[in-house]
Amino acid sequence: MNPGKTEQLKTENKNGEMTYILAWAMLVALTAITVGVYTLHLGTAGVAIALVIASLKAGVILLFFMHLRQESRFLQSVFLLPVFLLGAIIGLTFIDVWYR
Amino acid sequence: MNESGIQPGFYAAPGSRTGIFSWIFSTDHKRIGLLYLFSIFSFFAVGVCFGLLMRLELIAPGRTIVGPSTYNAFFTLHGVIMIFLFVIPGIPVSLGNFFMPLQIGARDVAFPRINLLSWWFYITGGLLALLSLFTGHGPPDTGWTFYAPYSIRTGTNVVLAVSAAFVLGMSSILTGLNFITTIHRMRAPGMTWFRMPLFVWSVYATAWVQILATPILGITLLLVIIERLFGVGFFDPAKGGDPILYQHLFWTYSHPAVYIMILPAMGVVTEIIPVFSRRTVFGYKAIAFSSMAIASVGYFVWGHHMFTSGMSDVARVVFSFITFIVAIPSGVKVFNWVASMYKGSIRVDAPLLFVLAFIFLFSIGGLTGLILGALATNIQVHGTYFVVGHFHYVIFGGAVFAFFGGLHYWFPKITGRMYNEKRARLAWLFLFIGFNALYFPMFILGWEGMPRRYYDYLPKFQPLNVVSTVGSWIVATGLILLFANLLRSARKGAAAGPNPWGGTTLEWQTSSPPPHENFGEIPVITQGPYIYNPSKGKGHGTA
Ligand code: HEM
Ligand SMILES: [Cu+2]
Repeated sequence: MNPGKTEQLKTENKNGEMTYILAWAMLVALTAITVGVYTLHLGTAGVAIALVIASLKAGVILLFFMHLRQESRFLQSVFLLPVFLLGAIIGLTFIDVWYR
Repeated sequence: MNESGIQPGFYAAPGSRTGIFSWIFSTDHKRIGLLYLFSIFSFFAVGVCFGLLMRLELIAPGRTIVGPSTYNAFFTLHGVIMIFLFVIPGIPVSLGNFFMPLQIGARDVAFPRINLLSWWFYITGGLLALLSLFTGHGPPDTGWTFYAPYSIRTGTNVVLAVSAAFVLGMSSILTGLNFITTIHRMRAPGMTWFRMPLFVWSVYATAWVQILATPILGITLLLVIIERLFGVGFFDPAKGGDPILYQHLFWTYSHPAVYIMILPAMGVVTEIIPVFSRRTVFGYKAIAFSSMAIASVGYFVWGHHMFTSGMSDVARVVFSFITFIVAIPSGVKVFNWVASMYKGSIRVDAPLLFVLAFIFLFSIGGLTGLILGALATNIQVHGTYFVVGHFHYVIFGGAVFAFFGGLHYWFPKITGRMYNEKRARLAWLFLFIGFNALYFPMFILGWEGMPRRYYDYLPKFQPLNVVSTVGSWIVATGLILLFANLLRSARKGAAAGPNPWGGTTLEWQTSSPPPHENFGEIPVITQGPYIYNPSKGKGHGTA
């Protein structure tokens, strides 16, 4: 029932320092883009872009820093559960907002 | 072993701490479970007192004992305490903490220290809530729902009360996380998913709701605090906010939260029925899956609390429809329970009496829920005593009666002693009669248009209000009898032995009270629970 510690250690070692540095650089770059886009004052489109970039950043953190990339299928799908749930909840809220 | 022949079990566990510190710093799931049990029932007692005071005020129209603003504080505190400090932690943190690891054949939960931390968060939240009564400009008066914009504008101590609920939410999330991990990782060898007792299934489904829904409440309450302290306009239309957004966010958590209250109660019921009918549960998988179905569909019905809020018509129709769907799995369970007893060899002791009362009262609560869930009838009874009747039937008649059933059922395992059966039945009788006298009149009053959350009412409503108030006194008597009996029996009851009811799940295979770390040797499971057919063995015990 216990997949064993050794397997876990192996996957952790695969993440070299370089991976973390690259992930960090990616986060900094994305932050810079967010700030840059803000200065363009794009209105609603600006909000959409900011949200997409924020999701990308969350994705980078999850995949690399939180090791979701090396996890089993099961755990990856467990992560998707709240994502779908949030989508459904926001969607249901919008059938009020849009038709009000 | 003491003079009565009862092993001290985990109560005598070796540890570096003594006295109260051996409890409040313990990481043993059984001690934490009892710690929680005492904590939540202490708050329950306070909540009941506020309930009784409200009923006393309502015995006659006009001012009886308190004026309008005190009454507003009463129903707010009553609601906040009963919901956030009693029934949401409720069964999972107490009976769940104590029995879930035992039932899956584990020595403890996956994260014993986080378990203790969750209790500390709970107590911190409770103290913050109490602090909000005596500091600032008076106790909160918003109702337990903290609806905006009133909660933004009132001068009372909303920020502190809301922070309390926030901290309590963190406690709830930690418990959920801990239980899910425990159930995934710590089951005894051979304890497959479909050999787990159904109480474990119900706690598991509840834990998912705790993890996924509670953060929404946290964010919402945080927004209320930010709006109050910094004037950011999220919810108050005067500042450009949207009060209906508040209701969406609040009920996105608080409807799933009613399943945090009722699912574990259903789990307790499902444990008690086979033991007292000597029969396998009818439709094991149907009950397990209906728990998961309730937990998941339950996320999508919150709008039924908002039919009169000014939400769009499309949304109202959709939410009304989904509400009817979520009633199906609850119905499945009720039929399964009744079918489980059919042709059983039924033994009506106090635990089963509470279960039978649960089925009866919960069915009334559930069916009146459909009246509320139907868009058209909701408009008539929205915001009236019909709603108050409905949710007390579900939460008190359902969740709390099942809790009491579970307390009696597992009492001999927790204490090693038997409670006094005759007194327990007497307490049950008082509670059952008093409960219906207290709450049934509310359906009629609500139907006739008496609004909730007022200290006053039209004189024509008085007769039924008197019945209701007298009912509250009968309930109070029943509660005193019940707890006096349990507390007395915990010291004086006769030795119960490891398995007084002939239960088949694992907690009955170890001594009463269980030893530190639960089992001498972790059992190996070869078949499902609830097997009472002698030719097929005896459930988890015979492995
Ligand atoms: C002796 C026991 C109880 C009595 C006498 C009682 C009485 C009442 C009354 C009269 C109200 C309506 C107040 C109003 O709208 O003006 C009320 C509201 C409420 N009760 Fe109880 N109750 C009891 C037990 C419980 C229990 C066990 C729970 C939950 C576990 C509970 C949860 C609530 C909640 C959430 C409200 C709504 C508060 C609000 O409007 O904000 N009550 N109760
Ligand atoms: Cu609801």
